[in-house]
Amino acid sequence: MTDIQSYQVPASLAEATAILANGDVSILAGGTDLMLQKNLHGGTLMNIRRLEELHGIQLSGNTIRIGAVTTITKILESPLIEKHLPILHEATNHFASVQIRNAGTIGGNICNASPAGDTLIPLLVLDAQVELASAADTRLIPIADFFIAPGKTSREPGELLTAIHIPQPAEGFVACFEKFGSRPALDISTVSIGIGGILQDSKLQAARVAFGAVAPIPLLAKKTMAAIENQTLDVDGIQTIATAARDEVNPIDDVRASAWYRKELIHNLTRKVLQNVANT
Amino acid sequence: MSLTREINFTLNGSPVKVTVPVTMNTLTLLREQLNLTGTKYGCGEGECGACTILMDGVSVNACLMFAVDCDGRQLTTVEGLLTDCDSDPLRNAFVEKGGVQCGFCSPGMMMQATHILKQNPNADREQIQRGLEGNLCRCTGYKKIVDAVASVSKHED
Ligand SMILES: Cc1cc2nc3c(=O)[nH]c(=O)nc-3n(C[C@H](O)[C@H](O)[C@H](O)COP(=O)(O)OP(=O)(O)OC[C@H]3O[C@@H](n4cnc5c(N)ncnc54)[C@H](O)[C@@H]3O)c2cc1C
Ligand code: FES
Ligand code: FES
Repeated sequence: MTDIQSYQVPASLAEATAILANGDVSILAGGTDLMLQKNLHGGTLMNIRRLEELHGIQLSGNTIRIGAVTTITKILESPLIEKHLPILHEATNHFASVQIRNAGTIGGNICNASPAGDTLIPLLVLDAQVELASAADTRLIPIADFFIAPGKTSREPGELLTAIHIPQPAEGFVACFEKFGSRPALDISTVSIGIGGILQDSKLQAARVAFGAVAPIPLLAKKTMAAIENQTLDVDGIQTIATAARDEVNPIDDVRASAWYRKELIHNLTRKVLQNVANT
Repeated sequence: MSLTREINFTLNGSPVKVTVPVTMNTLTLLREQLNLTGTKYGCGEGECGACTILMDGVSVNACLMFAVDCDGRQLTTVEGLLTDCDSDPLRNAFVEKGGVQCGFCSPGMMMQATHILKQNPNADREQIQRGLEGNLCRCTGYKKIVDAVASVSKHED
């Protein structure tokens, strides 16, 4: 962390994107990931934590907008999120510790692009879009297209993640998040799973499935989604889907678990979550 | 030489002006530059909570906070609790309930307990346990720490 040549605290979004346009910037939000990543990747360290435009949670029309530097604690404590997006509320409730939730931001969680990032799974299930602003313009892209590799996203160097847009789920939408780790707190997920859809006649319509920590990126599980299509959620149907989920993932061995164990976890958690969904 | 920056903030009620390397963390600033060694270094990576301080009234890990980000903020460390009469009951409860053994985790525990009770003066045992999830203790087995915090909570059980 030695070659920082300039430290900037922009007072507005326009100022922040102008600094980014000059290139070679490390962006600092809560710092809970950045502090431990010893090699800051830029000559300028830019602190965006107090940018007013990047704070807050609002519902307008049918979209919930969460500013990028909103802390995990603010999301956990938001009545709006608990009411409209309970799956995101659930994921923030088992995130790290109080101290880290008080500092860490949702934008940092997304841009850090860890396959185990806990908010990423509900955001994939909810079909969220990320808002990226540069000095020239602002674009929205589906979060499923944002992740490229561990720590790598399709954010251009001149862009700042400014917000996350989440469509308000349709009537009858149910969703469930499960994180598996070795202890209840301060645990990076061994695997995590989110499933959502509209429950109708014992089938999950327009289902969305996402898996964490089983691929280089947080995974939108399209084959599992296809397996859910028109499948009745009885014992046999759920078994078919859980098998498809196990076949779809291709995890690695690491300190937290072996690849084999992760595949079994995905199978068992898919079954568990679908049983829960079927019983709602 | 790494880049430095002058910052101004309020520490335990008093104004502080210091020059810090921009990549320094707040725990190093407190312990090595300001000689306030009450805040402990356990892991340096957010896992143990020994470095817990209050930043603008909420608890954070000082080891994960960039010192330059203290600029303009209000910080409270365990030394600040000494001069704060409101925290006497909590301190006494740690002593009376046996919540302190070697004492290494105690500053972080006290700061996090202060945060928990400030957010919710009626916190019950379960809420206290969840609130302390980010603080490790190698000695007490936690029960006496939770007893201490629960004894100053207004919650009746
Ligand atoms: C002990 C410990 C436990 C943890 N537990 C969990 C856990 O349970 N679940 C989990 O998901 N994570 C966990 N984390 C990881 C981390 O706390 C989260 O990823 C957090 O949300 C990061 O947010 P931040 O604001 O601190 O990010 P920062 O550290 O400030 O930034 C992270 C990265 O994103 C970039 N960035 C930040 N904001 C923006 C933006 N708006 N636009 C563009 N780039 C940006 C930064 O440049 C950096 O590369 C843990 C970390 C620690 C140290
Ligand atoms: S020293 Fe900061 S959490 Fe351990
Ligand atoms: S009293 Fe020794 S670590 Fe807690």
